[in-house]
Amino acid sequence: MSVLVVVECDGGEVKKSSLEVATYGSQVAQMLGTTATAVAVGEATEASLAQLGEQGISKVLYDAEPRLKDFVNGAYTKLIAAAAQQEDAKVLVLANSNIGAAVGSRLSVRLGASLATNVVELPQISGDQFVVKRGAFSGKALANVVLTGERKILAVKKNSIEAQHEAGKTAQVQSFSAQLTDADFADAPKQVVMQEQAGGVLLPEADKVVSGGRGMKGPENWHLIEELAKALGAATACSKPVSDVDWRPHHEHVGQTGITVSPNLYIACGISGAIQHLAGVNSSKVIVVINKDPEAPFFKAADYGIVGDVFDVLPKLTQAVKELS
Amino acid sequence: MKFLVCISNVPDTTTKITFTPDNKEFNKAGVQFVINPWDEYALTRAIELKEAAGSGTVTVLNVGEADTEPNIRKALAIGADDAIRVNAHPRDAFFVAQQIAHIAKEGGYDVILMGKESIDYNGFQVHGMVGELLGIPTVAPAMKLDMNGNTATLEREIEGGKEIVEVQTPFVASCQQPMCEPRIPNMRGIMTARTKPLKVVEPVGDAPRTAVAEYALPPKKEGVKLIPAESAGELIRLLRQEAKVI
Ligand SMILES: Cc1cc2nc3c(=O)[nH]c(=O)nc-3n(C[C@H](O)[C@H](O)[C@H](O)COP(=O)(O)OP(=O)(O)OC[C@H]3O[C@@H](n4cnc5c(N)ncnc54)[C@H](O)[C@@H]3O)c2cc1C
Repeated sequence: MSVLVVVECDGGEVKKSSLEVATYGSQVAQMLGTTATAVAVGEATEASLAQLGEQGISKVLYDAEPRLKDFVNGAYTKLIAAAAQQEDAKVLVLANSNIGAAVGSRLSVRLGASLATNVVELPQISGDQFVVKRGAFSGKALANVVLTGERKILAVKKNSIEAQHEAGKTAQVQSFSAQLTDADFADAPKQVVMQEQAGGVLLPEADKVVSGGRGMKGPENWHLIEELAKALGAATACSKPVSDVDWRPHHEHVGQTGITVSPNLYIACGISGAIQHLAGVNSSKVIVVINKDPEAPFFKAADYGIVGDVFDVLPKLTQAVKELS
Repeated sequence: MKFLVCISNVPDTTTKITFTPDNKEFNKAGVQFVINPWDEYALTRAIELKEAAGSGTVTVLNVGEADTEPNIRKALAIGADDAIRVNAHPRDAFFVAQQIAHIAKEGGYDVILMGKESIDYNGFQVHGMVGELLGIPTVAPAMKLDMNGNTATLEREIEGGKEIVEVQTPFVASCQQPMCEPRIPNMRGIMTARTKPLKVVEPVGDAPRTAVAEYALPPKKEGVKLIPAESAGELIRLLRQEAKVI
């Protein structure tokens, strides 16, 4: 019996959300008096996988098949199921990412497991009872869910647990083969197109986000958002109407019908704070709102606010961040 | 091409969320229910593809009790041909996935579409479960869907980019924007929807694998701390020293 953690890698490195998941899985293993093994997907270096020891992982299984570099639902599902079988995993932990949700839902049927996505806290385990807290109603509520299956799969929301780093500990990396055949790659992508990321920070993974709304008036003013984001090492985002009129690309739109983010810091500039926008950002740890309208609904959801003109306030903030370092 | 579009019945996006006094159920009193916004992308795209092909059918499927019928009729008014309601309270994603898989198999549907997730339970699970139950590919979440005979080309969102995926029918896809511009019913649609067939069937399958023990509201914010615009730089100091986020 063990805990199996699914680790997503990109460009050789383990993704930040997977470091969180590895920490989560190790802590669950501790609660159950067992160890946590990881299975890695995507492109990873041996050194980056060994470093998962810092998150409490004892062993990492890695299949170096080159076609696994990009996400392939069929092959990933088979690989992880084989690892779960080998390790006799009763609990599987993955990130609540597009990969985690796609594979987790297939695995739950294949392994006969209970599945909880959007998990925000460590489980409560007492005897046979296994309860997890998850976000519901687009961030407007939380639900305690009882997982009744003998096996459990948990998809953990980003930034809901802090990755631990126990310096010097290393995991043992073992090569692993799930005997994948061509048929397992039937849904392999024909092409993968990566988007340009402002400042190189990926929005769904970001720890800090600077976001602009219709109050920014036009795309020609976005340098103000980008400059602050760059100074902070943040990703950039926008409200829906902004992407609808193509001031910004669709993949930057956050909210109920866009991306859901939960960074430590969300700075909203010239965004009114409509309920559908809040649905995508309200689980951010600290929310800062800059709006010239003191009645803007976003101030009700904010921790810090400035009632003022974005064109005046943003350069001052960027300047202040630059003075910090 | 036979399309099966799964819709769920969810509280309107602007609903203030409350629960029954024991916190075990969502409090439906006075709440307006709508078709899950993500499902509208699936529905509209299926209708567009049927129209473009000049043949085929679009069936909507809902797992829900009789009170979901107004939204099923709305889907028919938007342009679906017929509807099936599985007469059951949708207890968890696995339970719902079993109903969908059963009907998809019995009806021999080629393309099964649904929204990326429901805005109430936010499961993001049903698509993969249905694909696995039927042993067919799932593409989730899809931002674009084109059909050429039995071959579909989809754009699937990945963190930081997209994958272009080609699959053969039958397949499952969960949809999100910018797939299409969701349609709203017109007068003629509303009139004809009344006479379109809506079949009610009983549920099948095994028991659910999860149960909600209790709901809660997130902890309340303490209230906003306002910083005068003239001294905006002070905000950065507070974010570092007080909030410790930079
Ligand atoms: C089903 C549905 C789903 C939706 N999904 C989403 C979603 O996913 N994401 C999303 O964002 N929206 C979504 N919306 C739209 C949402 O309801 C709002 O319309 C949208 O969020 C408003 O965007 P905004 O705040 O940028 O623009 P506005 O509402 O126009 O607000 C602009 C704000 O900027 C302020 N402002 C103007 N000039 C300045 C200035 N110089 N300095 C400072 N402040 C200024 C104004 O006071 C105002 O508060 C959805 C709507 C529906 C019906």
